[in-house]
Amino acid sequence: MSMNLDDALHTFIIEAKELLEDMEAALLRIEQTPDDADTINAIFRAAHTIKGSAGLFGFDHVVAFTHVAESVLDKVRNGEIAITSELVALFLGVGDHLGAMIVAIAGGIEPDAQMHDASNALVDKLRTYLGQSSQVSCQPPATAAEPQLEKENAAGVGSDNWHLSLRFGPDVLRNGMDPLSFIRYLGTFGKIVEIVTLVDKVPALPELDPEASYLGFEIAFQTEADKATIEGAFEFVRDDAIIHILPPHSLISEYQRLISELPQEELRLGEILVRCGTLTPGELDAALDRQADHPDGPAHPLGEVLVDQKLVQPRVVEAALDKQKQVKEAKSAESGLIRVNADNLDEHINLIGELIIASAGASLIAQQTVNPALLEAMARLSRLVEEVRDSALKLRMVQIGATFKRFQRVVRDVSAELGKDIRLEISGGETDLDKTVVEKIGDPLTHLVRNSMDHGIEPADVRLARGKPAHGTLQLNAYHDSGSIVIEVADDGGGLKRERILAKAIERGLIKADQQLSDQEIYQLIFLPGFSTVEQVSNLSGRGVGMDVVRRNITALRGTVDIDSVEGVGTTMRIRLPLTLAIIDGFLVGVNASSFVVPLDMVVECVELSAQQTEDSHGRDHLNLRGEVLPFIRLKQLFDVPEAPPATIEIADDEGELGTVRQGSSSSLLTAEGAAALASDPELTFLLNPVPRENVVVVQYGGRRTGLVVDKLMGEFQTVIRPLGEVFSGLDGISGFTILGNGNVALILDVPGLVRRVAGSEGRRNAQASTYRGTE
Amino acid sequence: MSNDGNAARLEIKGELNIFTAAELRLQLLEALATGTELEVDLSQVSEIDSAGLQLLIAAKRDAAARQQTLRFTDHSPAVFEMLELCKLTSHLGDPVLIHAQP
Repeated sequence: MSMNLDDALHTFIIEAKELLEDMEAALLRIEQTPDDADTINAIFRAAHTIKGSAGLFGFDHVVAFTHVAESVLDKVRNGEIAITSELVALFLGVGDHLGAMIVAIAGGIEPDAQMHDASNALVDKLRTYLGQSSQVSCQPPATAAEPQLEKENAAGVGSDNWHLSLRFGPDVLRNGMDPLSFIRYLGTFGKIVEIVTLVDKVPALPELDPEASYLGFEIAFQTEADKATIEGAFEFVRDDAIIHILPPHSLISEYQRLISELPQEELRLGEILVRCGTLTPGELDAALDRQADHPDGPAHPLGEVLVDQKLVQPRVVEAALDKQKQVKEAKSAESGLIRVNADNLDEHINLIGELIIASAGASLIAQQTVNPALLEAMARLSRLVEEVRDSALKLRMVQIGATFKRFQRVVRDVSAELGKDIRLEISGGETDLDKTVVEKIGDPLTHLVRNSMDHGIEPADVRLARGKPAHGTLQLNAYHDSGSIVIEVADDGGGLKRERILAKAIERGLIKADQQLSDQEIYQLIFLPGFSTVEQVSNLSGRGVGMDVVRRNITALRGTVDIDSVEGVGTTMRIRLPLTLAIIDGFLVGVNASSFVVPLDMVVECVELSAQQTEDSHGRDHLNLRGEVLPFIRLKQLFDVPEAPPATIEIADDEGELGTVRQGSSSSLLTAEGAAALASDPELTFLLNPVPRENVVVVQYGGRRTGLVVDKLMGEFQTVIRPLGEVFSGLDGISGFTILGNGNVALILDVPGLVRRVAGSEGRRNAQASTYRGTE
Repeated sequence: MSNDGNAARLEIKGELNIFTAAELRLQLLEALATGTELEVDLSQVSEIDSAGLQLLIAAKRDAAARQQTLRFTDHSPAVFEMLELCKLTSHLGDPVLIHAQP
């Protein structure tokens, strides 16, 4: 049972948190569009649903508190109270307090005095809107004294169905419960043999209160369950509804009593009971006769009936919770979503990673066997594995919109704190990215947003003086770009002050005074620990703690952050993150005997690097690619890949002589004639002693292109990224490793790092060149 | 809302429940006020609860009182399921298309 309770409670907590987020988003929206009925409804709905669910769990303090808030919202909805920024602020506070209560519930902490004080303070403020000190009561109504029992000597009715008579009170719907859901619930543990819905009380449209409940039901019900279970189904409306539960073969007097208790429907009810098959016409007559015999009516029935709403059996909590679960399950099915434990999902993705490696191994063996049927089967299998991989990775993808929306609140609070009028514009909210990334990007993003608001956007008077609109604008944008997701935080503020950053960096000894830096490099300085140029330290930012943390967090996600800034116009911080953290499409290349993987998304093209081009570059490591200058890196030099392939060395160990022969220079083995023939025939020279062809893989990252010079192009390869161990954490140019089908290890190239490295050395060289020119 | 010949048409989309009932009530009132015949298309109703049901019943009642014709058409699966649950299909008296079981 505790299991059930935990599960249901957990669902409640998650849902409540989501609802509070919705409510907050709606509150922030309503400030801009105070007349939008949908938004007001959304707020009301959130409060209402939380109240309803909290009531199911008996969190009376939540119910009592939310009730007051809901009453105010109701007045707002009816147009009795206008929406002001004070009201929105109050409700943001209400939302926060509810959040705190939910967190306390999640932590199993009983509400303490402090929390009650907070509740009361907010309730007092809310009451000023209600214009009355309405008494909030959340005490359960006193249970009526148990009626006495008497014996009745009469035969029961023939029907072996339970008979349920339900009259829902007007407030049932308002209290967050739908009468129909109770009927549906009955269907889960029994069979509704017959049901008559009483619609008489539903008024015509003009008199209809759309939120009042008017319905009643007479139900013939067949079940194995006992009375307590049936009663349990109505646990939550017990106080709001008239419920009669008559067991099978009940005494006629009980029906008589039922009929007489609902006198205005007397005749009709009798008919209904007959229609339900509960009573035969004869039994109905008997019941009515008997009532006629006793003109005093229900005041003196023959015997008190066992079954009465006041005679409640001990609460059957389990049934209640089952019901709760049912409702929740139905709800999730409606929205077409399932909650999955993140650990299970991660394990699933890990397994798929293993599957990819295993299938790569199998493919390799299949290729060696040269069995066409097997090859074909493996090809199909590989394709399926690829599809499974894609769909598994999609499971982890979430839209960034929800994260962006949270910033409405941040921007609102911070701009209030700073006394600046700042508007937030969001675009690209539908961009998908990995859930882990979403979770981890929140903090750095918050910091960048705060930073932009605090340092970027100028006070209104300065803005006006500069001919800008008085209100600042902050933009959050996201989009996909060659295998990365780009998140932009842009402000229309003062921009970064290049000179001041430079001066500060020199003052702090971070750079030398004569160092030549590009704008990009100067802007990157603000990410160094302990760097802050703001003259005035505010309590938001400016202490120089944070920007370095921002960059570290982003780097930990294999991402980068760069800055575009125009002084006086604004700054754009651009975060680039890999789309996924686990599995990528790779491009396998060989350098001597080593293999490297380049993320395929970043590969633009592959070209051959001829000896002529190498020569033309004059050791400057640039080549002419269709008229454009392309800087390149030789992986062989960069990673110092040993010239002698390790595989050959192994052979040399086993078969010493042969190895020596192979490694020996071919020319020393040639006879004099052979050498002469070689010299006269260049074609033969080429055939016998081919010039090792080099290839350039052109990669692109962040708008920059770089060539990677490799020996072999080995094609596409599904790559399961494994992180490098702690020991290698400082390694440059490598972002991880993967295991190939043959069991060898291939290193995954850190393309962003390499591109930056090339750009950096290029920049320095240019800077030096210009310095030389300057001194000459 | 559109006016197609003599009969006005109203399409209810999305939720027909406690949250939308107040607004839909006004729409129905308005639609009923326009003419003698109203056809309400329920094909796009994704969700219905007792508040929605009451609204349908009240509208019928209202139309009957004014001697107007009110038809609910194209009941969506959600509406159909609810009417079956309450055994109210005949009460509302409109032909209901039975949806194929998924």
